[in-house]
Amino acid sequence: MSTTLTKEAPGPVEEPILRKPPTRKRLVPYWLLLPGILWLLVFFALPLVYQASTSVQTGSLEEGFQVTWHFQTYVDAFTEYWPQLLRSLLYAGTATLLCLLLGYPLAYLIAFKAGRWRNLLLVLVIAPFFTSFLIRTLAWKTILADDSLVVDALNALHLLDVTSWLGWTEGERVLATPMAVVCGLTYNFLPFMILPLYTSLERIDGRLHEAAQDLYASPATTFRKVTFPLSMPGVVSGTLLTFIPASGDYVNAELLGSTDTKMIGNVIQSQFLRVLDYPTAAALSFILMAIVLLMVTVYIRKAGTEDLV
Amino acid sequence: MTWLRKNVVVIAGLLTLAYMILPNIVVMVFSFNKPNGRFNYSWQQFSLDAWKDPCGVADMCESLTLSLQLAAWATVGAVVLGTMIAFALVRYRFRARGAINSLIFLPMAMPEVVMAASLLTLFLNMGIELGFWTVLIAHIMFCLSFVVTAVKARVMSMDPRLEEAARDLYAGPAQTFLRVTLPIAAPGIAAGALLAFALSFDDFIITNFNAGSTVTFPMFVWGSAQRGTPVQINVIGTAMFVLAVLIVVAGQIITNRRKKTATA
Repeated sequence: MSTTLTKEAPGPVEEPILRKPPTRKRLVPYWLLLPGILWLLVFFALPLVYQASTSVQTGSLEEGFQVTWHFQTYVDAFTEYWPQLLRSLLYAGTATLLCLLLGYPLAYLIAFKAGRWRNLLLVLVIAPFFTSFLIRTLAWKTILADDSLVVDALNALHLLDVTSWLGWTEGERVLATPMAVVCGLTYNFLPFMILPLYTSLERIDGRLHEAAQDLYASPATTFRKVTFPLSMPGVVSGTLLTFIPASGDYVNAELLGSTDTKMIGNVIQSQFLRVLDYPTAAALSFILMAIVLLMVTVYIRKAGTEDLV
Repeated sequence: MTWLRKNVVVIAGLLTLAYMILPNIVVMVFSFNKPNGRFNYSWQQFSLDAWKDPCGVADMCESLTLSLQLAAWATVGAVVLGTMIAFALVRYRFRARGAINSLIFLPMAMPEVVMAASLLTLFLNMGIELGFWTVLIAHIMFCLSFVVTAVKARVMSMDPRLEEAARDLYAGPAQTFLRVTLPIAAPGIAAGALLAFALSFDDFIITNFNAGSTVTFPMFVWGSAQRGTPVQINVIGTAMFVLAVLIVVAGQIITNRRKKTATA
C-alpha cells in the first residue's frame, strides 16, 4: 500500500483501495447476514403474515378456518374489547411515567453522586433480574396483602381513602385493584428505564455543570437547561423500553389484578390459548401492534432521536 | 432543611432502590416460611424444610434443568447469528441496509404478546408440534436483536487501525480475526450472551404461547400461582440471586486485582 508514484508514468493512478474487490469478497457481508436474517424473516416476519391471514379467516376449530376476507372481525373485536385496550394503554402509560419519575433520581444518583459506591448501586439495580420475574411479582402479593405492613401504613395515613376516591383502589384493599397492577408494572420495568437513563447521564461532561454554575445558573436551571436536555436519548429509549412491553403484558394483571383490571394481553392470551378463537385473537394482536407502532413512530419523531438501534 | 434540600436526589434515589429490592427480600424471607395452606403468601413460622429439600416438589427441578438447557442453547444460537450480523452491519456496505436495520429493530419494538401469538399461528398452520424446539426457535428469534445491538456497539467503537496493523505485520485474515478482532469484540459478545441467557431463562410470554405441554421454570411458577406456591420456588429464587451476586462480586474483585497488578 506504499505510495511510490514518482517512477510511474503519469496518468490515472490505480490505488489498490479504489479497485473493486473481487466478487467473492463482495459477497462476504451477505453470507454473514444470511443465517440470522433468514431466521428473523421466517420466525418473525412470516408469522406476522400468517397472523394477518388468520385475522381475516372465518370458521371453527372442528371444520377448519378459511380466508374469507372477513374484516368484520376487526370491528367486532374492537367494539367488544376496547375497554381492555384503553386500559392497557392507560396502565402502561401511567407505569412508564412512574418509572421515569422514580428512575430518574436513581439514575442521576448513580451517575453523579455515587462516587465509589457506583458499581455497587449498579449491581443492585440489575440484581432483581437474578430472580425470576414471576417469583418477584408473586412477592407483591405478600407486600400488598390486605393486612400487610404497607397496606396498614397506607390506611393509617388515609392515603387509601384518596386512592379509592380516585378509583385506583377499592375500600381498604390494594390487591386486585388497578393500583396493584400499575405498581407491579412499574416495578417490573423500572430497570429498563434506569439503565438507558444512566448510560446517557454518565456521558454528560461534568464541566458543563460547572460552566452552568459559573454562569450563575441555579441547580434547578442547570438541570432544566443542561442535564435534562442532554439526557433525552436515555429518556426516549427508556420510555420505549418500558411502554412497549408494559402495553402487551398480562402477567401483572393476572397475578395482581382482578377481572376488572384485565388488559389486552389477557384477552389475546385467553382467546388464543383457552377460547381458541384464533381470528379474534389475531385481529386484537394486530390492533395492539398497530397502535403501539403508531405511537412509537410519532413519539420518536417528536423527540427527535432517530438513531436508537 | 438545607440538608434535606441538598440530598433530596439521594433520598429519592435510595427510596426507588428500596422499592426495587423489597420483593427480593420478601422472596428470601419467605423461603424460610412454613405456610399453612397451599399458598406461601403470609408468614407463619420459621423453618428450614424447603432448603433441606429443594427438589421436593414434583416437576420443579426438571423444569429448572429444562430452562437452563434452553437458555444455554438459545444463547449459543443468538450469539453466533447475532455476531455475524453485527460484523456485517459495521464492517461492510451492502444493499437493503435500512430494511435489515428495521428487521432487527422491530422485534425489540413489538409487544411480546404480538410476537408470541403470531409465531403460534405459524406453528399451527405449518402443523409443527409445540415443544422444546418451538420454544428454542422463539427464544433465538427474540434474543437475536439484543445480541446484535450489544456486539454492534462494541465493534463500532473499535479502532480499525488495529486490524490494519495486524495485516501490515503479515497476519492472515483468519489470524487477524482470531488474534485481534475477536479479543477486542469479546466484551460486547459476552454482554450480548449474558443478556440472551437472562432473557431466555426468564422468558414467560412467548414460552407460554409456544411451549405446548413443555414446562419451563417460569411456566412452572405461573402454574403454581394457580395451584399453590411451594416454598421451594422461593428457595430457587433466593439461591439464583445469591449465586449471581457472588459471581458479580467475584468478577469485580478479579478485575480490581488485575488493574492493581497492571499499574504496579
